[in-house]
Amino acid sequence: MKAFLILEDGTVFTGVSIGANREVISEVVFNTSMTGYLEVLTDPSYAGQAVTMTYPLIGNYGITDDAESDRSYVSAYIVRELSRIPSNFRCKGSIQDFLIEQDIPGIAGIDTRALTRILRDKGTMNGMITTTEYKDLSEVLPKIKAYQVGDVVTKVTCKEKKHLPGEGKRVALLDLGAKRNIAKSLNDRGCDVTIFPAHTTAQEILDFQPEGIMLSNGPGDPKDCGDIISEVKKLYESDLPIFAICLGHQLMALANGLDTHKLKYGHRGGNHPVKDLETGRVYISSQNHGYVVDTDTLDPKVATPAFVNVNDGTNEGLKYTGKNIFTVQFHPEACPGPQDSGYLFDRFINMMEGAE
Amino acid sequence: MPKDNSIKKVLVIGSGPIVIGQAAEFDYAGTQACRSLKEEGVEVCLVNSNPATIMTDKEIADQVYIEPLTVKSLQQIIIKEKPDSVLPTLGGQAGLNLGMELDESGFLKEHNVRLIGTTALTIKKAEDRQEFKDTMEKIGEPVAASLVVHDIESGVRFTNTIGYPVVLRPAYTLGGSGGGIAHNEEELREILENGLRLSRVHEVLVERCIAGWKEIEYEVMRDAKGNCITVCNMENIDPVGVHTGDSIVVAPSQTIGDKEYQMLRTSALNIISELGITGGCNVQYALNPDSFEYCVIEVNPRVSRSSALASKATGYPIAKVAAKIALGYTLDEIKNAITGKTYASFEPMLDYCVVKIPRLPFDKFITAKRTLTTQMKATGEVMSICHNFEGALMKAIRSMEQHVDSLLSYDFSDLTDQQLWEELEIVDDRRIYRIAEGLRRGFAPEQMHAITLIDLWFIDKIAILVEMEQQLREEELTVDLLREAKRLEFPDYIIANLNGKLSADDVKKMRYDNDIVAAYKMVDTCAAEFAAETPYYYSVYGGENEAVQTNDRKKVLVLGSGPIRIGQGIEFDYCSVHATWAFSKEGYETIIVNNNPETVSTDFDIADKLYFEPLTTEDVENIVRQEKPDGAVVQFGGQTAIKLTQDLMEMGVEILGTAAEDVDRAEDRELFDEVLEKTQIPRAAGGTVFTAEEAKEVANRLGYPVLVRPSYVLGGQGMQIAFNDEEVEKFMDIINQIAQDHPILVDKYLQGKEIEVDAVCDGTDILIPGIMEHIERTGIHSGDSISVYPAPTISQEIKAKIEDYTARLARELHVKGLINIQFIVMDNEVYVIEVNPRSSRTVPYISKVTGIPIVDLATKVIIGHSLKEMGYQPGLAPEADYVAIKMPVFSFEKLRGAEISLGPEMKSTGECLGIAPTFNEALYKAFAGAGVDLPKYKQMIMTVKDADKPEAVGVAKRFAALGYKIYATRSTAKYLQEHGVDALWVNKIGQESPNVMDLILAHKIDVVIDTPTEGHGDKSRDGFLIRRNSIETGVYCITAMDTANALAHALESEPEKVTPIDIATVKNM
Repeated sequence: MKAFLILEDGTVFTGVSIGANREVISEVVFNTSMTGYLEVLTDPSYAGQAVTMTYPLIGNYGITDDAESDRSYVSAYIVRELSRIPSNFRCKGSIQDFLIEQDIPGIAGIDTRALTRILRDKGTMNGMITTTEYKDLSEVLPKIKAYQVGDVVTKVTCKEKKHLPGEGKRVALLDLGAKRNIAKSLNDRGCDVTIFPAHTTAQEILDFQPEGIMLSNGPGDPKDCGDIISEVKKLYESDLPIFAICLGHQLMALANGLDTHKLKYGHRGGNHPVKDLETGRVYISSQNHGYVVDTDTLDPKVATPAFVNVNDGTNEGLKYTGKNIFTVQFHPEACPGPQDSGYLFDRFINMMEGAE
Repeated sequence: MPKDNSIKKVLVIGSGPIVIGQAAEFDYAGTQACRSLKEEGVEVCLVNSNPATIMTDKEIADQVYIEPLTVKSLQQIIIKEKPDSVLPTLGGQAGLNLGMELDESGFLKEHNVRLIGTTALTIKKAEDRQEFKDTMEKIGEPVAASLVVHDIESGVRFTNTIGYPVVLRPAYTLGGSGGGIAHNEEELREILENGLRLSRVHEVLVERCIAGWKEIEYEVMRDAKGNCITVCNMENIDPVGVHTGDSIVVAPSQTIGDKEYQMLRTSALNIISELGITGGCNVQYALNPDSFEYCVIEVNPRVSRSSALASKATGYPIAKVAAKIALGYTLDEIKNAITGKTYASFEPMLDYCVVKIPRLPFDKFITAKRTLTTQMKATGEVMSICHNFEGALMKAIRSMEQHVDSLLSYDFSDLTDQQLWEELEIVDDRRIYRIAEGLRRGFAPEQMHAITLIDLWFIDKIAILVEMEQQLREEELTVDLLREAKRLEFPDYIIANLNGKLSADDVKKMRYDNDIVAAYKMVDTCAAEFAAETPYYYSVYGGENEAVQTNDRKKVLVLGSGPIRIGQGIEFDYCSVHATWAFSKEGYETIIVNNNPETVSTDFDIADKLYFEPLTTEDVENIVRQEKPDGAVVQFGGQTAIKLTQDLMEMGVEILGTAAEDVDRAEDRELFDEVLEKTQIPRAAGGTVFTAEEAKEVANRLGYPVLVRPSYVLGGQGMQIAFNDEEVEKFMDIINQIAQDHPILVDKYLQGKEIEVDAVCDGTDILIPGIMEHIERTGIHSGDSISVYPAPTISQEIKAKIEDYTARLARELHVKGLINIQFIVMDNEVYVIEVNPRSSRTVPYISKVTGIPIVDLATKVIIGHSLKEMGYQPGLAPEADYVAIKMPVFSFEKLRGAEISLGPEMKSTGECLGIAPTFNEALYKAFAGAGVDLPKYKQMIMTVKDADKPEAVGVAKRFAALGYKIYATRSTAKYLQEHGVDALWVNKIGQESPNVMDLILAHKIDVVIDTPTEGHGDKSRDGFLIRRNSIETGVYCITAMDTANALAHALESEPEKVTPIDIATVKNM
């Protein structure tokens, strides 16, 4: 069946419908990873967004056990081509069936590179995926333009606490839309991890008496998380070691009076070099963020930059002055993407052990 | 870390002559690295024995030594030039081995020179089998169970503990030379013996066989600070067991998930870190298709063929970055030249699919074993880019120029199902075609997968192509079907053929009417995340066209020469690149079309625009429609480009330089006879024929022997000397196996001196930089002959005649640009053999040794300048006061079963140069450069045909005087003894031991002189076995008396000290 992607600037791409046959409006973003489509589809940070894969051949190895959450949160999926057959020893089904099962609408057979070039040049914008051929776009464009991602954290966070037992440090993980591998990375290193829903109060977490707090990644505009920010501020004041990733990093910054702004088209992929300003070493990181922390007017009494993006110089991490807190914009938990910065979890554990 | 300013002068080691396993990719890497070093203000001193390379141009380095790549000559260059550093990682295995030997011997330390880009320790850890294994074990990286052995018995004992099959990998050899898979003790003993001999350190790794696993490669970079990135990963369609150089390779990997991808990526980074490599490195893995189990197959601690492929596949200039890293820069300090915005620490992301197919020489060596193993056999490769795998595969197939254009090109339809099932077991270059045939017959993909172990995903892609064939054959061609067929990159004429009712032109018209046209996308390293600045394009059907319209300057289309093959090598890339540079200097916008990832011409910053596309009419026409060039040059791209002339004219593109009609007048026999008549130049009598009957008639009229050859070919493909009717029939049959568009030529064979000239003609005047004389008499292809400049044995009178004939021919053919002519000098008379109004194999060589940049001049002539205006005196340039000798280099040891005797069909894969003040020293250097390192045991074997016996006496006496013990088979021994040579009679093969074969296999023979019996028709099985066994045991084998004399000459005059000559100072005018 024919499907259409209508961008808010009036561009229309014609392709074939994949997944659920329903109309959807969302923000349209692109991801440049060449592998890991399942991890992308199940990364809660994409809630409210239609993800375009720039790599044209998707679904080659089917659906495996590599999901990063219990379901797919993307609003829609945009690909050049879905593989006719999946082939891999771990394959449990095809991506076609997965999209239908997860009720994700999508479009295939479009020039994803052309779409990416539009998003790169004009910036992230909204779009609609539909199987209805609108003769008159003015009918739908206002609706598309009006779309806002909104408070998606509430939608993706866990409903109740979850415990991953371990022999090591007690970590409270605030789930703002956490990818599975964050908890797993800690748990694999021996940590006893308890996952808390996003709207848990700081007090409740502190009452749990964790030895360290982890703030996860998550979707949407950080400034839409007003109530969480004030709880994060309380966690900041607790003196517990805190490690935060992505949205967690942004919320900690906002909690400390820093500002965030939206990037023109974000960083989404597995190839971004980030520089550890302490050692000068460069690591290739997995990234997925549309917003970034402003560090132009950063007060060194509050925090100092810990990582910077080699390409565009944007902030990739902060170290909070006088605190056992460090936060990163990129994804040390990888999945998908390079595992180069996995050592940060070790650093967090060292912090909890008082070594740093 | 900024640049290390203590590095002021660097000696860069090249890779030497092109051989299988070490080809043009190192010219590409070396050239890029030298330019990168010079850009940093570092003085570059280059050494490479290969004159056909771009890296040996004086524009590329400050000092250029075309000297043998031996420790001895490198030491002398270092003493003379006093570099502070040596960069050995860009010259392939040859460069790395030399760097290590120089370091290990203490010479570098003694002269206060350091290795940069690597250390001896790093090389040792990666290359020495045991050290490598220990290093991998230390960091927990799995390798297949293995043992390093130095003798056969240990190998057999170890294999008995791990079980057959086992893989054998000799240490320090090229392209897996001497390696293989042994399935039983007999095979094990055979391969092991060969491998031990070929290994520089007599060392072979015996390893658990993991054949059938997925083969995945990673190209990684690391700087001195420890930052590492992956440039690219690649998946071999052929599972482990086929050398990656012989495999069809796809980038990025297709059938592994992110977990596997990252697992191997992390492993590759761990390895490069542990080895402490600063620069590029290639890691090859075997991945169990049914688990996460993997093994590291090997690590190349240097720039390699795979890194050239990865560079072209991603746009990331590995060699350039490696050179900067060697100077001390870190990855985050080096700008990505493609985007101009990102840095070298940004990992490339592809938004397309790349397919590489090797170019195998089985069309040249019809007797060679076609099976693909762990020993590389390919001479070159093609690469293609598309946004789907099927399209990339189709484009790569038609880029091969081996009479293949689709999955229908090898016909297996006459096999029974049973036979086809059996043939699916064969691992050779036709495997995908057999799978396609199986799919046509409804064979289950799963069953074919079970046999071939090729991943089902790839088999399904072949199935999609086969289904399209069937649809095109059975259904009416609708617009939708056409659109889909073009998306899968079916050429118009194949669509038409399958359809059966439409012509290719009908299909093309239907496409244009429905706006189904090629669109061009950019290779930008970043999947469009950033705007790119360098126009490096590939085509797709269905999508936005990104190619930028340009109209500000005159535009020229330069057609490249496609994959490297015997007969059309790196020389033509040299010519294409120089022509491009010359056009650029003249203010033209330059557009290169080529499909060879190993070359300099496909580097992103050579031309203003690069189209990485097949060189077929349809693909070129699409580019012409896009670019509307003011003209095209075809005379620099070898036969590949020449073949497109007519079609380009039909597209309305002006052919710059010599007109197509005149090219035809040189190629077409009858027209050429008219030219010769008009210019009154003699040639050997001959005629044109189509059938064997006609050929025999002409041959008998002329009298045997005759030369039989197809027209419009390079490298003497299919050319043979026939001595009787039976041979004429046989050769005609071989030639006619491929449908001939042009008649076959039968000429009287004249045995004389062979002379070659390259000249530039501006329509009025000609300039001949020099006359080259071959050591071997006519009958051996010019590419396989030793060639001497200045011509040493011909008189001034003959030289004047050659100059005159060249001028007459160039004028008569209205040559504008280059012309290459081969002459025979016999009994003081000069005959023309053939005229090629285009660039030739000898162009780079003669340019370098005379200092006359003839491609540059030819290009300027094409643009409209005259030779005089450029300051060149017409005629034959004054001779140099030194001698330059070009020596052919062969790769016979890589091609089991290939006939090595030389004849009119070219067999060499590369060449090297000896340049010196005297003939003797030049000859010595030429042999040394070709790896002939004699004397060793001072024992030789002679077995020559009757006609050569008188000459053999002279040769034998010279070797005897050098202290050689001469063994000879019965009739040769008898003849030699009768003529005063103390030759030892030795039994023939099959007679009782010790016979000639025992002698060869005892490894105590320096050289075998075996001239094959008159005509290959009754080629004795004995001679073939002697020659093959010589090659396979590493004995130098000579098949022409002239070559034997030359070798004697070189040995007689081994100099105490060779004189390194800086080519960059050579100026002749």
